[in-house]
Amino acid sequence: MLRKTLRISTAIALATGALALSGMTAANAQETIKIGSITTLEGPFATGGQDAYRAMEMAFEEIDYTINGKTIEWIRESSNAQADVALARARKLIEQDNVDIIIGPLSGAEGIALRDYSRTLEGKTIVNGSSGAADTTLRDASPNFFRFNTEGTQWMAGLGNHVYNDLGIQHVALVAADYAFPYAQVMGFMLDYCKAGGAVTKLWSPLNTTDFGSIIANIPDDAGAVLLIQGGTDALAFLTQYAEAGGELPIIGGSITADQTLLSARGPHQRLMEGMLAAGPIADLNDDPMWVEWVAAYRERFPDGFDSPSIHAFNYYTNTKAVLLALEEVGGDLSNNQQAFQEALAGIEFKNPMGANVALDDNRQAISDIFLTRIVDDGGTLRTQAFGKAEGVTQTMGMDRDEFLALGSPSRDNPDCPPTN
Amino acid sequence: MAVMSPRQWALTAVVLAIMLALPLVLPAFWLSGILGRSLVYGIVALSLTFLASYGGFISLAQTMIAGVAGYTVAILAPTAIPASSSALSYWLAMPAALVAATVAGGVIGLIAVRTRDIYLLMITLALAVGFSLFAQSNIDWFNGYEGIRNILGPDIFGYPFRTHLVFYYVSLTVAALLYLLVLYVVRTPFGLTLQGIRDNPRRVSALGFDVALHRVAAFALAGFIAGCGGVLITFYNIGITPSSIGMTATVNVLVMSVIGGLGHPIGAFIGAVIFSLMDTFAATVYDRNRFNTLIGLVFLVIVLVSPDGVLGFGKRLLFWRKPKAREEQTGTH
Repeated sequence: MLRKTLRISTAIALATGALALSGMTAANAQETIKIGSITTLEGPFATGGQDAYRAMEMAFEEIDYTINGKTIEWIRESSNAQADVALARARKLIEQDNVDIIIGPLSGAEGIALRDYSRTLEGKTIVNGSSGAADTTLRDASPNFFRFNTEGTQWMAGLGNHVYNDLGIQHVALVAADYAFPYAQVMGFMLDYCKAGGAVTKLWSPLNTTDFGSIIANIPDDAGAVLLIQGGTDALAFLTQYAEAGGELPIIGGSITADQTLLSARGPHQRLMEGMLAAGPIADLNDDPMWVEWVAAYRERFPDGFDSPSIHAFNYYTNTKAVLLALEEVGGDLSNNQQAFQEALAGIEFKNPMGANVALDDNRQAISDIFLTRIVDDGGTLRTQAFGKAEGVTQTMGMDRDEFLALGSPSRDNPDCPPTN
Repeated sequence: MAVMSPRQWALTAVVLAIMLALPLVLPAFWLSGILGRSLVYGIVALSLTFLASYGGFISLAQTMIAGVAGYTVAILAPTAIPASSSALSYWLAMPAALVAATVAGGVIGLIAVRTRDIYLLMITLALAVGFSLFAQSNIDWFNGYEGIRNILGPDIFGYPFRTHLVFYYVSLTVAALLYLLVLYVVRTPFGLTLQGIRDNPRRVSALGFDVALHRVAAFALAGFIAGCGGVLITFYNIGITPSSIGMTATVNVLVMSVIGGLGHPIGAFIGAVIFSLMDTFAATVYDRNRFNTLIGLVFLVIVLVSPDGVLGFGKRLLFWRKPKAREEQTGTH
């Protein structure tokens, strides 16, 4: 027992020495700034991950990989949207490659895992890539984790009021996948919609549902619209079956409903797609000159990329931009446990490619604008077009933080406003 | 009834001594990120190798059982996020997790007691996938897709569990003890009966042994081993999510066992080290968008060149030398 203690303490002492040594070499080598990144080049979000790296490349090329005479070294890693894998990659980046800053990851559970890891680090910073789980910054926030993109609940800001007040729809049938991200989106919609007086009938389906027959049969007769919070093939399956069943209700989508899978697929669902409403941080068509210029630059730099940059490209770009702006502000100085850099990062204010102002709250979570979008036929291709926006949306949806936290985490049953009859 | 021959004991002692001394030369990342990780996943692979090589059961449920232990310790942990109402200290949560894993192993053994070969594979796969989907959709206990976070582990001699050295030495100790346990058990009457069942269940049954009971007991013991791995993996990952026990994780453990070699318990750890090295550095040596191709190719080559894994390859090298040595001996006489 004693020998073991002794051995462990000797070993720890040795390791501390080694660490101090490596810290010294790091300080000497401060002429390069090492930025690591994690996105999903494998698994279900591989195309989104690829697009994210395109956008990061653009951000680095804009400044020619240099900050105040110091070169930026970019080390890329790939995950498969699983928390454990993202964590293993982050460890490798920090402990083996000795990076100063990590930008990533892409999906929700990965974000929470890296948030927890960042809390155990000293003098290192993790800036989110595109992950959008609310709790990453809402509850138990970490001082070393920053997020300059908005998240799932924020993305629905303004849509509930628009549907109730402008369209006069008093009852919607919610068709949503049964997991955390849709819960957050549903909460973002229902906070406004229920407060305005609307009623929601909830119809949940497991992820990867192929047969929506029973759900379509359960859409109430007096519903004025279908709120569809599904992604990818699930959304396509529902819309196809709903169109074939002769469904006529207007469709309101979530922020990931109207993605490329849905827009580019051909079939009966297209009848329902035109005019579909949604809300989110980006829209394919937006008059803001910054967006027009950014999309043009993206298409010129990556002719084999998407027609219009994806939401992941947009989020990774926004977060990378924030890192570069903060680095410029401190002249690339990462000494003193990155104290000056982290302060600059926390205080930074800039415009993202949509032309929306971005600033951080006390939990280092972005406050930014959210756009109402509509699907239009743009010369034969379906695209999303911005037609309104909610400005400066906070993570607490404009509510007081304690009041918002008291609402509890979003779930199947929270919030709830069923029709009265 | 010796667990190992003197030569094997000596070899084990040398390997252990080297492993104990490694922290003096290796950087911190290698300790926890490569070796520590290999040890904890190797423990789960060990439970599979034990079942496969001494019982003839290829079970795909070992990752799931590790998950049962991981979720048990996570639900009971004092630092858990989201916090549960049933938080205990780690020193109570860990034994509870091991009991849960042993029971889960036994239950799986019971469910699968009449199946062999591909049917056993299917039934354990179904249980594994079912449990992972259940964890993903259950919010009240398992917190669904996001899982339970911030499982830091207890302090050991006043040092946080997550310190590289503490994690490494604890994993090494647990792995070595479980490895010796497996070697011991297979020499006991229970272990010998198990190997009899592997070779000819009917004859063992005719000799008056309760085959079903032995099978269930073997699964329970494998459950205990996988549970130890599951608890350590949960500490290593600072928490647990449904993806920790999903299809990919299940297949990863199978890959470790197979490339290491199912012939001997040490194969599990050899496989785990190769897997961790490939998983970590493949992206550095090969195109980042395509590094999975390299991983797949290496595993394919290993299995093609040596169907019984790296271990089998090593053994053949030895046996290839031995007859030669014997020839020389006869030559001198």
